[in-house]
Amino acid sequence: MTAVAANGHRTAFVDNDRKPAGHGRMLRKEDPRFVRGRGRYVDDLQLPGMLHLAILRSPLAHARVLSVDTALAEAHPKVRLVVTGAMLAEKGLAWMPTLSNDVQAVLATDKVRFQGQEVAFVVAEDRYAARDALELIDVEYEPLDPVIDVRTALSPEAPVIRDDLEGKSDNHVFDWETGDAAATEEVFRRADVVVSQDIVYPRVHPAPMETCGAVADYDAVDGKLTLWSTTQAPHAHRTLYAIVAGLPEHKIRVVSPDIGGGFGNKVPIYPGYVCAIVASLLTGKPVKWVEDRAENLISTGFARDYIMRGEIAATREGRILAVRTNVLADHGAFNGVAAPTKYPAGFFGVFTGSYDLEAAYCKMTAVYTNKAPGGVAYACSFRITEAVYLVERIVDCLAAELRMDPIELRMRNFIRPEQFPYRTKTGWVYDSGNYAPTMELAKRLAGYDELRAEQARRRARGEIMGIGVSFYTEAVGAGPRKDMDILGLGMADGCELRVHPTGKAVVRLSVQSQGQGHETTFAQIVAEELGIPPQDIEVVHGDTDQTPFGLGTYGSRSTPVSGAAAALVARKVRDKARLIASGMLEVSVADLEWEKGTFRVAGDPDAFVTIQDIAMRAHGAGDLPEGVEGGLEAQICYNPENLTYPHGAYICVVDIDPGTAKVTVRRFVAVDDCGTRINPMIIEGQVHGGLTDGVGMALMEMIAFDEDGNCLSGSLMDYLIPTALEVPDWETGFTVTPSPHHPIGAKGVGESATVGSPPAIVNAVVDALSPFGIRHADMPLTPSRVWEAMRGQPVPPV
Amino acid sequence: MQVPAPFEYQRVGTVDEAVALLDRLGDTARLVAGGHSLIPMMKLRLANFEYLIDINDLHDELGYIRVEPGLIRIGAMTRHRELLESDELAAAFPVFRDAERVIADPVVRNRGTLGGSLCQADPSEDLSAVCTTLDASCVIRGTDGERVVPMEDFHQGPYETAVGDAEILTEVRFPVRPRGSSAYEKVERRAGDWAVVSAGAALWLDESGLIADARVGLAAVGPNTAGIPGIAGALRGRPPAEELWARAGDIAAESCSPVTDRRGSAEYKRHLARELTMRVLRRAEARINGQEV
Repeated sequence: MTAVAANGHRTAFVDNDRKPAGHGRMLRKEDPRFVRGRGRYVDDLQLPGMLHLAILRSPLAHARVLSVDTALAEAHPKVRLVVTGAMLAEKGLAWMPTLSNDVQAVLATDKVRFQGQEVAFVVAEDRYAARDALELIDVEYEPLDPVIDVRTALSPEAPVIRDDLEGKSDNHVFDWETGDAAATEEVFRRADVVVSQDIVYPRVHPAPMETCGAVADYDAVDGKLTLWSTTQAPHAHRTLYAIVAGLPEHKIRVVSPDIGGGFGNKVPIYPGYVCAIVASLLTGKPVKWVEDRAENLISTGFARDYIMRGEIAATREGRILAVRTNVLADHGAFNGVAAPTKYPAGFFGVFTGSYDLEAAYCKMTAVYTNKAPGGVAYACSFRITEAVYLVERIVDCLAAELRMDPIELRMRNFIRPEQFPYRTKTGWVYDSGNYAPTMELAKRLAGYDELRAEQARRRARGEIMGIGVSFYTEAVGAGPRKDMDILGLGMADGCELRVHPTGKAVVRLSVQSQGQGHETTFAQIVAEELGIPPQDIEVVHGDTDQTPFGLGTYGSRSTPVSGAAAALVARKVRDKARLIASGMLEVSVADLEWEKGTFRVAGDPDAFVTIQDIAMRAHGAGDLPEGVEGGLEAQICYNPENLTYPHGAYICVVDIDPGTAKVTVRRFVAVDDCGTRINPMIIEGQVHGGLTDGVGMALMEMIAFDEDGNCLSGSLMDYLIPTALEVPDWETGFTVTPSPHHPIGAKGVGESATVGSPPAIVNAVVDALSPFGIRHADMPLTPSRVWEAMRGQPVPPV
Repeated sequence: MQVPAPFEYQRVGTVDEAVALLDRLGDTARLVAGGHSLIPMMKLRLANFEYLIDINDLHDELGYIRVEPGLIRIGAMTRHRELLESDELAAAFPVFRDAERVIADPVVRNRGTLGGSLCQADPSEDLSAVCTTLDASCVIRGTDGERVVPMEDFHQGPYETAVGDAEILTEVRFPVRPRGSSAYEKVERRAGDWAVVSAGAALWLDESGLIADARVGLAAVGPNTAGIPGIAGALRGRPPAEELWARAGDIAAESCSPVTDRRGSAEYKRHLARELTMRVLRRAEARINGQEV
């Protein structure tokens, strides 16, 4: 039993007893300020003379902007500045690049292309006046036919949305394929059984509790711009601002303070950030822009929106041979997908799942529609949520076709442990995995066989109960710089570690927490390597002036990339400490043994120095061994050699009210394998959050539009996110299959549950409804849609 | 942050003060009670008023639940939480506690009021359905004194009531009859959401155990919460029975006028009107017989 001190209180944890400093359960260092309401978010920032910015947005989904009259708004006594697209165009700032090498309007100049698009902005002395003045701007629109139904976007009659692009005569964004079409066709031709299913993953929104916002403060005297903003990637944003706005990069400081949830929503650069910068440049004052809830939901990065046809080929005995899919992707009005350059569909290529296949093929077409741009990695590590949903749904369809138990079918087809590293038919190299024990553990925790018996008893009584299974493999931790970049920036991450003379330390990260607990986890990583207690290690992040360059936190990449950097930089410091210790103990380095926090002379129990002793010596008086510089610090830039591939097995139990068709998630068992577990409490917390997210997507969340392109989900009364009342007590378990290439064997886990849970829930609902002849029903499984399914006709959400 | 358009704000201390102010300001003014419907609408700028008259100080005067022989009188400023927690009210009309348990969330219930709920006149409003079920009448005070309006005349369309520009709803009255009970059920997509459909039922038996009267109130299946008068006629004088609840459910489904929206298809809502009507009648009867509380 070990006690951990946190803010003066000591908390005992059982599983940390052999690790007094390092990995293990530990209360989060950042929580005392959060639970006291002392977090400091962008909107908490108050600067002297600060002005407030509000954005006028288009009420129409597709229209030509004929004129923008700002005279009345400018006459408002509290208004300092009104800016239109035309004014930005004069400065060459009306358009900005997206994360996918498309362009997006900062303020509309020619047309508006989605409801909620930015048209003009007002800067005023307070946010009330700014908002009031928006109503004084008179915009004349010529309405155009919108493209809303993605399936009609490529029809010859469809109006061309992106006539700003030279020579553009249709709404096509890209075609993309992966795998081997011919080989897959050959396998399908000779397969005993082929099952196909149309599957929709509706448009959803990350909906972080804190909306997006920024405070821009340009100091004309020293020419420096400071931008506090809600960003998951402060360094990448700084470089992009330098490139777009032409400001020298060393004169830009991006600070990402406490962030109230990101989930991918805060990866892109939004027009609002650019407007705030322009406003500060023009007024010479700090300018705050914080969007409201409706603006966040209707205009910022959405996720998913894939219409998929899944096909699976198998033998009659249940040997899965191939998976094939055709995808129509709705990218909205501008292609703002956040994904590495060579991966226009993100990591959707892992749709082959956890199975050893003979062939696989995917063909995708992406199109423009008159909807908000985005396509962010909403807790999905670049489209893996869609990929896992597709394969886990279609595998269940196959199980139903073969009348085979879904766990049994999966177990028969898992990639076997000896096959790792495993190259999939779409070219991904899974680093490690041992799937069967994870599935078995979930089965045991759930009491699966008894659940099936209970289901039979309940069915006999006319009750509707379902058991759903999913098994996911994720690809997280982007990524090797030879393959992966975003707008030309390699996806490596830096880390700096400095040990102070008294043995306390500061570690500086290039990634930025949005609630993941970095201040704790990274302190523990360093603690494990150096033996300095986590409480004695300050974690600095989120400020480009204070931290080394790196690409930020999304796609579950912090632990796989920056976590590796933190471990390696600590080992670099330890290597130096070893040299100093050898001098202090007057023995050769070869005679030293490392025991967490202490170098000992082999065979002499009384001869040792602690890391704290060494730190003082490194900064103190007296000679150091020859060739050793003073100080005890190091830095590193870590380039991952591969992604990490966590996996997990989920089992969900639902009950459906036969009269109202309302789904209740009764139980949910989640067994996750993220390799080495640094802080199990934080991992469980992330799993709980992701599972809750999954319930939201499976049962209630969807960004919907009417046929005119009006967004019908612009408030949290219309875009439902789950509460504690919709979720069961989560039952979690774990297995540990370390990553062979990560310095401490850890894999990312932040998005695992969001990826793995929707198929488990949908599979459970479909399992429950199988007596009604149902093999598939699309999300969100609202009572109305489930009732339709019970009548044999579930209507897709598009 | 969503911010409303500019408005003037005045707190009043008495009903007479409120009425006088309303009389002076006319339809440019609006009363604000709990504010959990009005203020969000103003922040979204769906509603704009020049004046807001805050009547929260009237809670002392209008916040009460008075149980009298044959009548329960509830002040218009009685908050959801007080309705939820009143054992006296739950004993007479269990439908109240059923409904309050599924209205919004504790934060809203701490502020929102009975009067505010009725005057908002949202077609999905749960307390309106409860009042319809219980054959309530509404006491409205204006410059010329009080008038009493039965529930079926109180709502005059979505977001429209019988309360005039210079009037205020002060009290809601509920007749208490012997050998009766009531129940409420709601289907929502998520806790705290507006109803997809909800139904209240009240049932009274005569001394011989036959149905003396039955009332059903439905929310979210028409322009206003709907009482279904046909049900009373079909059930009166008959012994309680499962077939009768089914008959009542059919009448409810036939009589309502739901529309397809994001909460569900019209067809599904009609199904729910039937299903929930059956459930609440069944439960009301069980409660009369002491089988369920």
